[in-house]
Amino acid sequence: MTILKSRIKSREAILALAIVVLLALIASRFPGFVTPANLARVFTDTSPLILLALGQMAVIVTKCIDLSVAANLALCGMIAALMDGAGVPLLLILPTVIALGAGLGAVNGLLVWRLGIPSIVVTLGTMTIYRGTIFLLTGGAWINAHQMGDAFKAFPRMMVLGLPVMGWIAVAAIAGFTLLLTRTALGRAFYAVGGNPHAAVYTGISVGRTQFAAFVLAGALAGLTGYLWVARYAVAYVDIAGGFELDVVAACVIGGIAIAGGAGSVAGCVMGALFLGIIKNALPVVGISPFWQMAISGSAILIAIAFNARGSSSPGRIILKQAEHRT
Amino acid sequence: MTQIPEAGTEAVAKSGTEHTAAHTGRRIPDRLTSPAARILKSWETLLLVVAVLIFAANSLASPYFLDPWNLSDASFNFTEKAMIAFAMAMLVIAGEIDLSVGAIIALASTVMGLAMTAGAGTPALVGLGLATGLACGAFNGVLVARFGLPSIVVTIGTMSLFRGISYIVLGDSAFTGYPPGFAWFGQGYVWWVVTVELVIFALAALAFGIVLHRTNFGRMVYAIGNNAVAARFSGIRVERVKFILFLLTGLMSGIAAICLTSRLGSTRPSIAAGFELEVVTIVVLGGVSILGGSGSIPGVVIAALVMGLVTFGLGLLNVPGIVMSIIVGALLIGVIALPRLWAMMGKR
Repeated sequence: MTILKSRIKSREAILALAIVVLLALIASRFPGFVTPANLARVFTDTSPLILLALGQMAVIVTKCIDLSVAANLALCGMIAALMDGAGVPLLLILPTVIALGAGLGAVNGLLVWRLGIPSIVVTLGTMTIYRGTIFLLTGGAWINAHQMGDAFKAFPRMMVLGLPVMGWIAVAAIAGFTLLLTRTALGRAFYAVGGNPHAAVYTGISVGRTQFAAFVLAGALAGLTGYLWVARYAVAYVDIAGGFELDVVAACVIGGIAIAGGAGSVAGCVMGALFLGIIKNALPVVGISPFWQMAISGSAILIAIAFNARGSSSPGRIILKQAEHRT
Repeated sequence: MTQIPEAGTEAVAKSGTEHTAAHTGRRIPDRLTSPAARILKSWETLLLVVAVLIFAANSLASPYFLDPWNLSDASFNFTEKAMIAFAMAMLVIAGEIDLSVGAIIALASTVMGLAMTAGAGTPALVGLGLATGLACGAFNGVLVARFGLPSIVVTIGTMSLFRGISYIVLGDSAFTGYPPGFAWFGQGYVWWVVTVELVIFALAALAFGIVLHRTNFGRMVYAIGNNAVAARFSGIRVERVKFILFLLTGLMSGIAAICLTSRLGSTRPSIAAGFELEVVTIVVLGGVSILGGSGSIPGVVIAALVMGLVTFGLGLLNVPGIVMSIIVGALLIGVIALPRLWAMMGKR
């Protein structure tokens, strides 16, 4: 156990080191990038990615994957904007989008739990269904800044102790997830289900129900982020956050969340998201075309999985491989 | 997705409270069904009935449907995706997946565009398209087969990487002005209304059908998908077979890239976006188990026809593309969910 712990610790230490090196490289030419105010800005800008990555992490730890989070975000964001347009107060919009997001996550979870359909198939399908629903709701129309209420737009940007509310929500989610995953029965059940579903059944954990809970959690976070996204960028349309699910999975993979389930930490997940966030924010500063972003995150995913796989292959597999080489 | 290598454990886990059922394993019937009954009850027959029904419904719904030229145009809806779906079907049967096929098309098309601006002729463009597809497939194959990394994450990564390279090269611009001879692949006709793409589709169906259902290699693919460890102990070089499958998927994506680029006459970095979803949908709709181990090429062929007929029919009725994608998504979940719901109802 201690060996496992130290290995996970070291994996996170390496990622932290990579982030520091990255920042130092940028700072060597653009010292303005590493001022506290700018770092706070980068953190706030990365908040949606952190929020979704935390939810995705819960799903991946239970051996599933949720590719519908970005579509869920877009649908909830659009509904938040539509509600605002209908004059619904923000205090009512927030719980509604969180509940709606959780509901969309529950649809994924139910299909995985009750019907036993592989999560990738379910969420590939719901991804297009959720995004298509936005079109059905709006007919493809945009909701622009001038159509949104001031309170609706101002809330995520409101400064509290030098950090916008959006940043604080990410901080709260990080704290909440740390508690959930390390200190509650449900959090430990996530790891148990992902680590060995067979054994989890015998310890009295319902695998399907736990996976369902992870999907609901990821959905609720996506719903909340949907409002934050639409309010912060002050625009809602069918394609917002298109392809964002890949960034979210990338953040988790870079953060050392094992795609086979059962392993990963909140710290790693957050650092994975920050790593991508820093690159995204640094590219224009350093003067590299933002079109490089996609290829860089793709390479980061590949390097991260290759690196993570090195330490985690089980001895059983190695014996087999040796046997294969001998013959 | 990660369940794939451990389909057995997962089945136990999935059943949760009713896990006793899993211990009995697969039930062996005391009497085999006759071959005729088996064909009648098969997924392929069901699909064929669905295809005929959609065909009939479409011809009733729109007077423009039953026109050979319209139908020939409509075949472009599925030919390019179906070419990839054959290779993807084998990959999925072997328990892997490739989500980077759309990105491979983008990269292959970009490479062809670069060569075109450098003055390359049609044969060189085709060669480069195929070579890029093969190279991308080999890259995926090495990462999955040689280094033992999970294919879903690898191909999510390469999906970003391949398309990302296209974005680096093209940014927000596009390659246009392909040589006239190059247009033959996507716009040419072999005979009457039979397009070049339709012929490539038919040849690919035949080739993959023979390889999967009539060769040793095909049997190895099924063996790996059902139990990779047992396959290894029975002397199958699992890694090599998987590598070849990724190579084939890359090659078919390269061919699809040639057809698509030739048909559109231009290359943008967003070319073939979302192809992977539709290819996987065709494969799953065709009755290939996403957990690996079962499926057939005839099923995939009929599924491609069903998808093509649905999108063409809806298009004639002026249904917008994004609504069609809802239907495709619902189809993907529905075809897997309904039989399982059916079985659950039957148990009670």
